[in-house]
Amino acid sequence: MTWEEILPLLWPATLETAQMVGWSTLFTALLGLPLGVALVVFDRGGLRPLPAFKSGLGFVVNIGRSLPFIVLMIAIIPFTRLVVGTTIGTAAFVVPLTVGAVPFYARLVETALREVGADVVQAAQAMGASRTTIVRKVLLPEALPGLVAGLTVTVVALIGYSAMAGTLGGGGLGDLAVRYGYQRFETLLMIVTVVLLLVIVQLLQSLGDWVARRLSHK
Amino acid sequence: MIQASGLRKQYGETVALDGVDLHVREGEIYGVLGQSGAGKSTLLRCVNLLERPTAGTVTVAGQDLTALRSAELNRARQRIGMIHQHFALLSSRTVAGNIAFPLEIMGVPRAERDRRVAELLELVGLAGRGKDRPNQLSGGQKQRVGIARALAGNPSVLLSDEATSALDPATTQSILALLKRLNTELGLTILLITHEMNVVKSVCDSVAIMAHGRIEESGAIADLIRTPGSRLTREIFPLPEPAPAGSVTLTFTGDPRQPVVSEVVRKFDVDLSILGGSIEDLAGGSVGRLRVALDGAETAAALAYLRDAGLIVEVEGS
Repeated sequence: MTWEEILPLLWPATLETAQMVGWSTLFTALLGLPLGVALVVFDRGGLRPLPAFKSGLGFVVNIGRSLPFIVLMIAIIPFTRLVVGTTIGTAAFVVPLTVGAVPFYARLVETALREVGADVVQAAQAMGASRTTIVRKVLLPEALPGLVAGLTVTVVALIGYSAMAGTLGGGGLGDLAVRYGYQRFETLLMIVTVVLLLVIVQLLQSLGDWVARRLSHK
Repeated sequence: MIQASGLRKQYGETVALDGVDLHVREGEIYGVLGQSGAGKSTLLRCVNLLERPTAGTVTVAGQDLTALRSAELNRARQRIGMIHQHFALLSSRTVAGNIAFPLEIMGVPRAERDRRVAELLELVGLAGRGKDRPNQLSGGQKQRVGIARALAGNPSVLLSDEATSALDPATTQSILALLKRLNTELGLTILLITHEMNVVKSVCDSVAIMAHGRIEESGAIADLIRTPGSRLTREIFPLPEPAPAGSVTLTFTGDPRQPVVSEVVRKFDVDLSILGGSIEDLAGGSVGRLRVALDGAETAAALAYLRDAGLIVEVEGS
């Protein structure tokens, strides 16, 4: 294949990957953040200790984390059909990507929130802050650099997952690499795809690091 | 102002507080002195119910906190300021944002908050530093922010949890001076815990000495100094222990320059040798403690003379 043949393939594939990763990142942040907060707040010694409930949540999160993504994708096909009405195409794969990434991000949120000093939380309690206020005005703002760093790691993981989603009909760069690079031995396209993914991941990681650093005043 | 009775706190088998009674009067600085593990931190945290005592009651400004439900307790806590050993400032906020935080919790409108923050910055000597981040400040400045934050809601009581323990000696003195000033100017009642005798000596009106979850001795410092055998006196004026049998310990609370010792030697047939002693500025006056050995025919009369002169005379080992 020549460059003239590769470039028209590369652009739509990149867009598909961006769509899959973009939407699933958004939903992962929206669902993973409250889940991570719940893991901290309901824990023993947390703001509202409900250890049994927290263990239940932790168990569900661990199930999500222990399934290999390729298995999870197939296992939740009925659920995907229920949500989007189809199981192929870029939109359909936002569902398994989100389901796979939410527990992952929730654990990172949990870790970031635990980094917030107990003394700061206690100081807020001593001021008479309610639990909601402590979560909104102490835990989340204080953990913000960590939350951003965690989201960066999650986006990078989602790019990896999205390549797998590609092989099952999600499209994107992974799909391109498999169909042309692997099945048709198009070495040049393979190399181009690999380099492109590398550059995207590096850029996103640097961006994430920069934002996290800007937000940190430690 | 603060009244705690029969406080017990148990963590499983460990007893952190073993029946503590505490009475802090309005407008005084009350120090709780003890080694780490003595239970003083638990005691302080029981006062605003950061720790719920296993038994006993806590009354602050006439309100029984142990009887309150969580929303009411939060409202009561807004009237109790607290400062912390490691400052506990929010790194995500500016200095002004930190001071405004309790006001936000209380629902004070923005304009009013800004006005109050400027006032408080002025009060603690940090005018113009509102836009800085806590990590741009020194330890002493951070504690000043902590104090401004604690005072934002016009509390009647300030709790201080080892507030100077992370600071160097000079900074410690400046923070203590600030606390003393707030106590005098605002009539603020302060309950502080510390392991440093120096803090008690510099600012406290009253003290409780804690060990093993109990208060071993408590009262106004001026009274404790005059109480023979008081542990506080022994700790402030370390003299060689055990005292040699027959030696005499003199505590004088008046003008340290009154020449009683030389008078005694001149008036009575006694020899006097000094074994140890020191003078400290305490509770608004000078207090001296002297260990002497007296020998001679008129020893008893000499001791009586010293007692009449207003000294506290303890004959050791007799």
